[in-house]
Amino acid sequence: MIALLLEGVSVLCLGTGIFLLVSGGVGLLRFPEVFSRMHAAGVTETLAASLILLGLMLLAGWGIVMFKLLLILLFILITSPTASHALAKSAVHGGLGVDPDRNETS
Amino acid sequence: MKLQSGSEPGADALKYRLSLFLLLVVLWLGNSGLYSFLLLGFGLASVIFVIWVSHCLAVVDQESQPLHLARRLPKFFGWLIVKIIRSNIDVVRLIWLGNRAISPCSTRLPLGQKSDLGRVIYANAITLTPGTVAMDMDDDTVLVHALTREGIEDLQEGEMRRRVAELER
Repeated sequence: MIALLLEGVSVLCLGTGIFLLVSGGVGLLRFPEVFSRMHAAGVTETLAASLILLGLMLLAGWGIVMFKLLLILLFILITSPTASHALAKSAVHGGLGVDPDRNETS
Repeated sequence: MKLQSGSEPGADALKYRLSLFLLLVVLWLGNSGLYSFLLLGFGLASVIFVIWVSHCLAVVDQESQPLHLARRLPKFFGWLIVKIIRSNIDVVRLIWLGNRAISPCSTRLPLGQKSDLGRVIYANAITLTPGTVAMDMDDDTVLVHALTREGIEDLQEGEMRRRVAELER
């Protein structure tokens, strides 16, 4: 019974994660410029990645696999903002569209 | 890099070395999965080697292991997770609504954190929340880009800033 419940929750997590991944991809293609696209990518690297790893953890059960999945999650959550920041910073310094003194870009 | 209050080496050095030791031991045990005497010995040797190297590099300190934050971190993480889930839903909604729904804008926000670590936590939290990205930073402001005006306004209200400040108090 418990196993079935865990499997159900896991499927729910994986399904939502996949939907978020697809949404992130759609946003990446759909949004007009580099910074908006980065926000769309942000969805895939936070909640989508977390949900998929959570779903896999529920399937894996207690043990060494779960610990490793947890490490992967921590690693993603620490490195992905750093990568986004580096990307955004280089875009700004490369002169892509954003003027810090103006309040709007379009 | 600015020196932080209470980061004198010596008195606390042992504490940070011990916590690094525990962290590395857990990392080794969790990743190896083989608990024979030989491999545990290799593990211990590696852990001691890493601690020696990081001691030589002088990176075992308050900044690499913010033990002083540990007590207040869970509350902050809990709040951040809720915030991340909410803004994820927002951004996904905007993605499916399309280009008309978004109003990309950027602005400079005041920082107001005491330590470098506090600023990093704040900027990282901004970037980790979809819909807002920290793009650049100088001494007391951070340049933020947001997908919508509401995103900027939400940050300007300053709840996240207040919570990070609370964290390092």
